[in-house]
Amino acid sequence: MAEYKRPESLKKTPSGFCPGCMHSLATKLIAEVIGEMGQANNCVHIVPVGCSTLNLAYWQGDLLGAAHGRAPAVATGFKRSNPDRLVFAYQGDGDLAAIGLAEIMGAANRGENFTVIFFNNQTYGMTGGQMAPTTLIGQKTTTTRNGRDAETTGYPMKMCELISTLEAPAFVARYALNTPKGCKDAKKAIRKAFEIQMAGKGFTFIELLGNCPTNWGLSPLKTLEYMESNTIPYFVPGVYKDKYKDEVK
Amino acid sequence: MAKVLMKGCEAIAEAAVRAGCRFFAGYPITPQNEIPEYLSWRLPEVGGVFVQGESEVASVNMVYGAAASGCRAMTSSSGPGISLKAEGISYLAGTGLPAVIVNISRGGPGLGSIQPAQQDYLQATKALGHGGFRAMVFAPATLQEAVDLTYNAWDYAERDRNPVMILMDGCLGAIMELVEFPEMKDPDRLGTKAWDLNRHEGDTRSARLLSPYFPEAILELKNTSQKKMNERWAQNDVQVEEFMTEDAEYIIVAYGISARVSKEAILRLREEGYKVGMIRPITLYPFPKESFRKLNYEQVKGFIDVELAIPAQMHDDIELEVKGRAPIYEYCRSGGLLFDDDGVYAAVKKILDGGAK
Ligand SMILES: Cc1ncc(C[n+]2csc(CCOP(=O)(O)OP(=O)(O)O)c2C)c(N)n1
Ligand code: SF4
Ligand SMILES: [Mg+2]
Repeated sequence: MAEYKRPESLKKTPSGFCPGCMHSLATKLIAEVIGEMGQANNCVHIVPVGCSTLNLAYWQGDLLGAAHGRAPAVATGFKRSNPDRLVFAYQGDGDLAAIGLAEIMGAANRGENFTVIFFNNQTYGMTGGQMAPTTLIGQKTTTTRNGRDAETTGYPMKMCELISTLEAPAFVARYALNTPKGCKDAKKAIRKAFEIQMAGKGFTFIELLGNCPTNWGLSPLKTLEYMESNTIPYFVPGVYKDKYKDEVK
Repeated sequence: MAKVLMKGCEAIAEAAVRAGCRFFAGYPITPQNEIPEYLSWRLPEVGGVFVQGESEVASVNMVYGAAASGCRAMTSSSGPGISLKAEGISYLAGTGLPAVIVNISRGGPGLGSIQPAQQDYLQATKALGHGGFRAMVFAPATLQEAVDLTYNAWDYAERDRNPVMILMDGCLGAIMELVEFPEMKDPDRLGTKAWDLNRHEGDTRSARLLSPYFPEAILELKNTSQKKMNERWAQNDVQVEEFMTEDAEYIIVAYGISARVSKEAILRLREEGYKVGMIRPITLYPFPKESFRKLNYEQVKGFIDVELAIPAQMHDDIELEVKGRAPIYEYCRSGGLLFDDDGVYAAVKKILDGGAK
């Protein structure tokens, strides 16, 4: 029987994420893949600004902090001068799809050889639950008290769909973390993305649909149902682009 | 090595390559385009990386990423783009990463003009970004000086783990002059960098480069060590040219292109018997305070701040040292307008003859 161990890349300290927050699930999945690939010492985690910054206290391994939204630019500079390192940025939806839109699209369009893991919880968690570019229509946030109104704030931005219109990216896919199957598939995809990167085959982008129990005002259990009936129908999970379908397993 | 005739921007770019710079990211803006253009072919030739970023914001953050790998990295821009780089420059200072930022300056504020000006002295010397840090700022007045200052810039940046700025006006960026380049440094022989995130043989550490500091006392310690670093610069790193100041009654204070033009005017005025000299800061920060402190204020009757900026931006720094002991006049042009052939000569002569208000 397989032994379940703490991944090498996570410290033996509490994560700092709120109870029931899928940030801890997502970082655990990433850490497991890195451990299974034997990359714990070779990997560089680009830490952006958001609740993902809490990884500073929790992540074991090389860390490079980036300004809000700039992780793909920082990763570009680092990876270009260190092509052998496994480089990934773990960005939130405010970080990536609002302030960092230019940086993510620029890096994806250049086909930079690193991986972006995009944690989409449809809100600005760290700053207290304001509207994000990904907030669903009708979703209540601290800056959309009556629910997001498309008239004045537009529609939730679909990053996998946008990025997959570009020529350069190698692998673009979305998974939801509210079911064991979703987590398993996400983990497989993260591994695939890292393998594509280590083979020098270009830009990989994995979106993970997550929650924010604290700012959604729902119990962790309720967030799972909420995701099933609200998030997933809009942000449809699946593989949006796969250049090496038959090559990399 | 033989001298070569080169344009200012290109001379800076080649000097960077000689200094071991192997990463450049930038975004087009006049009057500095020749720097990225040159490096776009030159860096790949020596195994380096050139990236045309999607913005100045992205470019400076790419430089931040490259610097974190121990690579000598540079970005360049002009006024509007330097404002966008403020975020990244602050993060470089916060995280403690070395990099060189070149500002080939133009008219401002706003989009201003693409013509040469010296409108960015205050930004460069007081606040290159948020959070109250300083960077060393070098201001060449000849292309040879631009080459030498650029070549040495990383030595300061790496010693201090802090960004360094080269501030040069668009005039010098565009002119051509004979320059001699120093020998090529081999980046592989510059030694391992204490800060880089690469594992070295026998290394078991996990490295972290971050600008959030916790708890608060750690950040206060960081701020305090930056203060001490600024004090060390003032002690040890000031570079200044004092030109004919010994017997001078009037002293021009100017840097960059303004200093060059002023020198011509001083030579003419000296021929006519006027006792004029010049203090030319080469490091704009640290400012050459001692050059003002050691003057004999019985002898010095006044200072003339000559700049391509209105209002003159060095004025306050000069006043802090002169402390009211002599008047400070200004002769300035701005907006991209340059000094006329006789401009500095005539303006200074008028002041000397008592015609100044
Ligand atoms: C330039 C800048 N603007 C604003 C902030 C404040 N800020 C910190 S975290 C954050 C939102 C992060 O939201 P998201 O990326 O969705 O991450 P989450 O916390 O939801 O995981 C903001 C706006 C900042 N640190 N820097
Ligand atoms: S605020 Fe939201 S996103 Fe941040 S840790 Fe708490 S639950 Fe997670
Ligand atoms: Mg979020």
